Amino acid sequence: MKNVSDADSNTAGTAGLIHSIIAKAYAESPHLLHVLYALQQQCLHISEEAVREVAAHLDLPSSQVDAVVEFYSFFHKIPRGRYDILFSNCTSCGYMAGGVDLMAMLGQQLNIVADNTRGDGLVSMGQTSCIGMCDHGAALLVNGMPIISLDVAMIARIAALVEAETPLKDWPSGWFQVDDNIRVSGLLLKDDLSAGVGLRAMLALGTEDTLSEIIQSGLRGRGGAGFSTGMKWQLCREVQGSAHYVVCNADEGEPGTFKDRVLLHSYADSLFEGMTVCAFAVGAKQGYLYLRGEYRYLLPHLQSVLVRRRELGLLGVDILGQPGFSFDIDIVVGAGAYICGEESALIESLEGKRGIPRVRPPFPVTHGYLGQPTVVNNVETFIAAAHIVLRGSVWFRAVGTEKSAGSKILSISGDCAAPGIYEYPFGVTIRQVLDDCGAKDAQAVQVGGPSGMLIGSAEFDRRLGFDDLSTGGSLMVFSQARDLLVVIVNFAHFFAHESCGFCTPCRVGTTLLKNGLDKIASGHGTRYDLDEMQRLATLVKCRSHCGLGQTAANPILDGLQRFPQVFEQRLVHRDFEPHFDLDAALGEARQISHRDDAAAHIE
Amino acid sequence: MSADTKQNLITQNTITIDGQEIPFQAGQTIMDAALAAGVYIPHLCHRQGLTPHGSCKLCVVDIASRSASSHNSNRRLQAKFAVDADSRSASACTMPAVAGQQISNNTPALNEVRKTITQMLFIEGNHICPSCEKCGDCTLQAMAYHLGMLDGHFPQFFQHREVDASHPTIMLDRDRCILCELCVRASREVDGKNVFAIAGRGINAHLVVNSASGKLVDSDLETSDMAAHICPVGAILIKEHGYEVPIGQRTFDLHQVSEIGLEKIILTKARQPDE
Amino acid sequence: MSKIRIATTSLAGCFGCHMSFLDMDERLVALLEHVEFNRSPFTDIKHCGPCDIGLIEGGVCNVENVHVLREFRDNCKILIAVGACAINGGVPAMRNHFNLRECLEEAYVNGVGVVNPQIPNDVELPLLLDKVHPIHDVVRVDYYLPGCPPSADAFLNILGDLLAGKEPSLPNNLLHYD
Repeated sequence: MKNVSDADSNTAGTAGLIHSIIAKAYAESPHLLHVLYALQQQCLHISEEAVREVAAHLDLPSSQVDAVVEFYSFFHKIPRGRYDILFSNCTSCGYMAGGVDLMAMLGQQLNIVADNTRGDGLVSMGQTSCIGMCDHGAALLVNGMPIISLDVAMIARIAALVEAETPLKDWPSGWFQVDDNIRVSGLLLKDDLSAGVGLRAMLALGTEDTLSEIIQSGLRGRGGAGFSTGMKWQLCREVQGSAHYVVCNADEGEPGTFKDRVLLHSYADSLFEGMTVCAFAVGAKQGYLYLRGEYRYLLPHLQSVLVRRRELGLLGVDILGQPGFSFDIDIVVGAGAYICGEESALIESLEGKRGIPRVRPPFPVTHGYLGQPTVVNNVETFIAAAHIVLRGSVWFRAVGTEKSAGSKILSISGDCAAPGIYEYPFGVTIRQVLDDCGAKDAQAVQVGGPSGMLIGSAEFDRRLGFDDLSTGGSLMVFSQARDLLVVIVNFAHFFAHESCGFCTPCRVGTTLLKNGLDKIASGHGTRYDLDEMQRLATLVKCRSHCGLGQTAANPILDGLQRFPQVFEQRLVHRDFEPHFDLDAALGEARQISHRDDAAAHIE
Repeated sequence: MSADTKQNLITQNTITIDGQEIPFQAGQTIMDAALAAGVYIPHLCHRQGLTPHGSCKLCVVDIASRSASSHNSNRRLQAKFAVDADSRSASACTMPAVAGQQISNNTPALNEVRKTITQMLFIEGNHICPSCEKCGDCTLQAMAYHLGMLDGHFPQFFQHREVDASHPTIMLDRDRCILCELCVRASREVDGKNVFAIAGRGINAHLVVNSASGKLVDSDLETSDMAAHICPVGAILIKEHGYEVPIGQRTFDLHQVSEIGLEKIILTKARQPDE
Repeated sequence: MSKIRIATTSLAGCFGCHMSFLDMDERLVALLEHVEFNRSPFTDIKHCGPCDIGLIEGGVCNVENVHVLREFRDNCKILIAVGACAINGGVPAMRNHFNLRECLEEAYVNGVGVVNPQIPNDVELPLLLDKVHPIHDVVRVDYYLPGCPPSADAFLNILGDLLAGKEPSLPNNLLHYD
């Protein structure tokens, strides 16, 4: 009897705890992702019961809450450890970045298998897509906090700290110190605008002239697609709606990209200034900064900047005393989904849903957040806009090329002496960039991250810009010593993991590409398998719903075109190789029947 | 009236599919216009009257670009893979019809793409036609026949998916689900309920039920709901009416999937036992 | 003129495809003017000699299936996957929903009416693969003849095409998966 009543009071206790976490989180921010984050933090998972409670509290269908929990990588239905360790698996900041498998090493020391929680609930370990620490070598997130420049010695110390249950605040503070590593500064990085100077210039210009300055500057979106920023703002402004919204896409998930990390950390005033300029131009009252979950550690800093700007009258009602000009910014933090960098998926996520890219047209500029006209721009784009209103379109146009005005901020990582942030005028050659960052024997460069383009040394005289090599800013250098097939396989795994699953070609195709490449890389691929890769990759590229699927096959197609030998040298010259490991497929039966005779194996 | 103006008037409200000129009204998609004109564009996730979805990609068509200036990178790829260099891919069910569009639809190349996409749907799920009650009434199967698919081609994924037989009159076998979301939309838009949703990501995406237990029995799905009947495959079936129509006399024993207006026949047929 | 030599076998199948083959009835006599059977349940020849065409019914569920399938691939110029099981695993592949231990325990330990419950481990018994696979996961396959089973007409159609030296094609009315 006693046990029963204990169980009852425990259940009641859990229910009460869940309820109070939800109520408290909801009061702070009603956003579904934030409520779920609070639950994940405090209960280490989101139980079925919690899903039902959240649904009831937020008045949402439980299926929607369930769907969201299962969509984002940082939410779990099975409890994680009190120390939840996620290694980046990016080629630049991943657990293999130093050539040693640091994740396996930590797993061994903590006696834990990847993607699992240890029996005592103390620790869980797994991998996650690029966490944007590519200029700092191997990196991980422990309970959301990045630890960088990992090496073998640190892994041993981390294991000891975890076993001793040392609170994170008592871990060596230097481990969490993420420097900016700005190597070359240009138009935008020379200085952060002091708060309000851009807005005063903007108010002096008035709405029309602000907009025309942005248009005349030739500023194009810095996310990589390169749509005219001024045009986007103007289109948005012209659309009738019950409200207009300004959204900053700070979900930089492209492996090898970390410029937004630096911009958010050291140039937040310029960013918020740019968003406010946009609000002024399009007539928005509300803005959102969609921050990737991996950068949650920057949240307190960003919040403090927002608070200070409100105190200075740079946000809120009647900004800088301008009657009727009211605007404020909320920060919504993602939870591990690369697809949310696609603007319509980002808007879905902002609305508390799975990040599924919408059908386009209509575009966000007419039907965006809550169906209203919305500008979505990159962090760097807003910062450029803030500078342009202050210094003028002529100042901006003076740098760069005819079609690509201004500068581009690059995140450079991989095999080079000085990884970090480099700002160049558009038109700079890859060769120049490689010289500056100390990449002496580059065999290939991945321009724009895995979704961009893989080029070889014959193309190092090509130029960065919208008319040649367009890039969102990721630039990964691969030296002659690199096995490019390992890189391409890594990217294929990335896309299969990040596909949202909406359309057939991407959902199934990215997994087929991953499996096919694994087969080739493991030395079991034939010429037939390689031809299949080519056919499938083309289909995924040409027939997928959104930018993710349309670019997911780029590393494979570029690789096949420019570096065919990295595939071909791995092929077996047989007519056919089985699609699975026959002998391994007998392993379970051997174990069950306790057999290990010759007939229990197969070549 | 000059010849030019006359030409303009004619092309103002027409698109061209495989050389055939087809009228359309403002607001129609390419699919709407095609179906209205009796032109079949293969589709699985589309149903007239429900919000177009564009996820299955069976309805991919190529639209000729007006300007010949496609991107360099595209040209490079297209030259290499013999994709029509001056066209772009679109889903007919979501792409608005625009006057003068030149559309390729029923071509060997596009049907090959569609066959591959159908094969992807087959190998991703667990489609064992001989043991499925939907056999002969299944649009996925009929599509595969239409496209001349002989095998799944790719290695099977053999995913583990849950069966939900909790509901007294309706069963849900996720093995056969193709994630077309017809049931999701029918429930929301026609039945005024919200019984189904898709959860998970990528290849782990799966159909979930909106109820406290996650089981169909605790949802408000009823046999008379459109959502209970709209499934194009055998994922959602009405219990205790299996094999009332014998094999050999089923929808696709008597009709081709490419017949226009078949949706009405399929729905009527499926609902018959109840009426 | 020498006859076309055909071998047939059933792996993880039910021999239903073979039964359907025999449904061609008297047309079989005419066919035998042009073909002869090597290894097949029809002949009881135990091993495959050099053949022109191999017809494989059933999926691959155990180690013996792999050996037989390889023997066919090595000896047959043209290999045809016949029926649902050979093409996608079919009904036997429905065991892939469960892990092997669950399957064996259900059959040999927990099943209704099991006497002396134990999972067999005789070395004479071919070990089971963890999953049932279609044959094209294991060897290269030249043609596919779907159906559960394919009709006698479908068999005659594909063999007729091959005998005539044509690329086989299945008319729409003979294409079905059940």
